[in-house]
Amino acid sequence: MPEISRDEVAHLADLARIDLSDAELDQIAPQLSVILESIASINEVASDDIPPTSHALPLTNVFRDDVVVPGLTAEQALAMAPESEQQRFSVPRILGEE
Amino acid sequence: MSTDTLLSFEESLEKFDPAMGLEVHVELNTNTKMFCGCPAVFGGEPNTQVCPTCLGLPGAMPAVNAKAVESAMRIGLALNCEIAEWCRFARKNYFYPDMPKNFQTSQYDEPIAFEGYLDVELESGEIVRIDIERAHMEEDTGKSLHVGGATGRIHGADHSLVDYNRAGIPLIEIVTKPIMGSREKAPEIAKAYVAQLRELIVALGVSDARMDQGSIRADVNLSLAPIGTGELGTRTETKNVNSLRSVERAVRYEMQRHAAILSAGDAILQETRHWHEDTGITTSGRPKSDADDYRYFPEPDLVPVAPSREWVEELKGTLPELPREKRARLQKDWGFSDLEMRDTIGAGAFGLVEETIAAGAAPQAARKWWLSELARRANDTGTDIAELGVTPADVAAVQALVDAGSLNDKLARQVFDGLVAGEGTPEEIVAARGLAIVSDEGALGSAVDKAIAENPDVAEKIRDGKVAAAGALIGAVMKEMRGQADAGRVRELILEKLT
Repeated sequence: MPEISRDEVAHLADLARIDLSDAELDQIAPQLSVILESIASINEVASDDIPPTSHALPLTNVFRDDVVVPGLTAEQALAMAPESEQQRFSVPRILGEE
Repeated sequence: MSTDTLLSFEESLEKFDPAMGLEVHVELNTNTKMFCGCPAVFGGEPNTQVCPTCLGLPGAMPAVNAKAVESAMRIGLALNCEIAEWCRFARKNYFYPDMPKNFQTSQYDEPIAFEGYLDVELESGEIVRIDIERAHMEEDTGKSLHVGGATGRIHGADHSLVDYNRAGIPLIEIVTKPIMGSREKAPEIAKAYVAQLRELIVALGVSDARMDQGSIRADVNLSLAPIGTGELGTRTETKNVNSLRSVERAVRYEMQRHAAILSAGDAILQETRHWHEDTGITTSGRPKSDADDYRYFPEPDLVPVAPSREWVEELKGTLPELPREKRARLQKDWGFSDLEMRDTIGAGAFGLVEETIAAGAAPQAARKWWLSELARRANDTGTDIAELGVTPADVAAVQALVDAGSLNDKLARQVFDGLVAGEGTPEEIVAARGLAIVSDEGALGSAVDKAIAENPDVAEKIRDGKVAAAGALIGAVMKEMRGQADAGRVRELILEKLT
């Protein structure tokens, strides 16, 4: 059943790096349950002869030839970065205080 | 760095059965990345092989590299796998700056190849069948430099610097089924599997297959169960195992570490471990996420891959001779005994010897240099034989100099010293170190005269017909010439002068 618990929402928020306060969790968890229930109503019309669909287009095997296409220069790539150093993207400390 | 308590390898086997799972990542040698047209070559200046797609910029759309799909299928077929009739890519979501998209495009429950096997030959000649669970397509991650930490390590780093040249390079991940019942052979089987999988990849020509450059990377999953129970215990996944020797050592180490923890009544923490090549130990990495935590879902920007059976059949026709069959054929061509062949393979020198012979050296000469001279050096320095800095072409060039009479074996060894030290090509080293055999008849003649004068009793014996005594004079001449004389010619000169 598409019931989603407050703990599950908190876990998902953590995985998605979304900072939710207790009050927000109280509010969002029941709302998400309602949304999931609504979506689950699709199950009522789905039957065995309708395969699950992940793509709207009836296409397969859309490939690209293995040919180099010019991309960005390092300057262009790094111009969009908040910080860079040694021609590399500078990112905050990866491991927290563990 | 923590020091782990270890049980001896023997004791760990008395109490437990090891189970292994090996994951090997193969970086393909396509011209371009998996989902964009950026060059997929090793070693460019940082962030010079990037575009909006592999940087994960908003609105960028991926497109699958046909050649990478073909290479994936050829790997699958060579591993006796089924090729999926229809499969999709999936997003593996995680937050780590090595993937700027915040997900890795991978395959999840629909790998392109599945249910295969590789028959692996051990040093004893025994064949062990390793079952392959799957081979799937994914993309490599960027490379991080950690700044401000003690030793460039991620722990304690202040911040990190990322180069995305590698992000998006096609990877094929090959996963075995649990390898059970290997007991004391577990470390050898793990090494033999990775070695022979690597050979297969080389034969297919789909990757540079350089473990030292990370184009083949092995992760070792290991667990122990109480002996005889046939259960699967809690596993650890050891990453960063970047040489064949380390594969063997990492299995051994984790067996001993697990055994000590379990014997003390404690539980194994399911986690990633990092292998340290220098110290030969593993250290704790991050706790292993459950698949659920990656929130896999089908990649909406890429349509499914559905290889036609005609395509699959066509690719089957492109498969190379299997390495094991090739070995049997070459052993015959080279005239190696079973023992010579086993030693060559055991030393990790088969491909090197093959290439040396292809470069013009006689089979036994190629074998001699790699197995006696270079294997010893590799062993002494704890280096992989392929990573000594000596190439098959170098060995063939040295042997050509020996064949031409410009070097003898002793001088050739000094050329190898120079090659290992990175002093240049064999010819350059011979010139720089002044190693060529002295063939100047005048210089040889006076050295011979001097030896005769200094050893009148020996000279007398030779005059009396005791030709065997010439050895002592040859030795004296060689000493005088610092080894740089053609011993055969010296002998001729001595005999000419005394008989």
